[in-house]
Amino acid sequence: MSSLKNVEEKHDVIVVRTTGYFNNEAGDAVLGVCNEKMENGKSKFLIDMEDSTVVNSIGVSVLIEIIEQLQEIDGAMAFINLAPIVEKTFNIMGITKYCTVYASEDEAIEKLS
Amino acid sequence: MKSNLKNLINKLVIDMSKRSIVELKLPAIPDIELAATKTSEIVAKHMKLSEEKSAEINMALIEACINAFEHSKSKKDIYIKFIVDEESLTIKVIDKGVGFDKSKVKIPNIEKKLKNKRKRGWGLKLINELMDSVEWESSEKGTTVTMKKMKKL
Repeated sequence: MSSLKNVEEKHDVIVVRTTGYFNNEAGDAVLGVCNEKMENGKSKFLIDMEDSTVVNSIGVSVLIEIIEQLQEIDGAMAFINLAPIVEKTFNIMGITKYCTVYASEDEAIEKLS
Repeated sequence: MKSNLKNLINKLVIDMSKRSIVELKLPAIPDIELAATKTSEIVAKHMKLSEEKSAEINMALIEACINAFEHSKSKKDIYIKFIVDEESLTIKVIDKGVGFDKSKVKIPNIEKKLKNKRKRGWGLKLINELMDSVEWESSEKGTTVTMKKMKKL
């Protein structure tokens, strides 16, 4: 759980806040939360990466696995507080084709819920 | 002719004297690539590179280190050389692994990755996109990736 700052639910959206280096462990931690919540019927996820300004492609690859699972249940994943280099990495890898990056948490919750 | 050669050598000596080299040797321990990025940040600050360029270098360096440890199938140390000159920062990441055939590496795209079981394999694409130039030399004795970021572009 050290890669996750906290997990909370807001208007049926699961908000996952990460912390530290977003590597394979952090990716797996987010995947674990998403899997658990999907089993309980949740399908909207907002990932707050304010405290994860450094990522690697292995961690981000795990997010592709989550996108794939969400496509099967017509769910959605979105992001807030991305450092510019993290957003650029997401653009290069194509993550932002499938997930919206919102300017604020309030806007994200409003659009997702 | 002799004079031209002398001038050329003088210029080379002056250019070399303007170069700074920082070298690192990293063992294969988890997240050690972050040690390389700390050095990279200090070098980038010394060169007065923008935060954007510094972050791009860090990201490319992380990927190059991961490739060196993982894709070379080697548990041996890797070596990183930062070569600073007036116009650019050149970073060499060297491993003593088994090498790889770059022509066999497929360029990833997310549409295919969403259908495939294997989601990984983005390192080369990220390095190519984030740096100004990238060269690969690989043999059965190891791989050297040479990445360059220009100070102004």
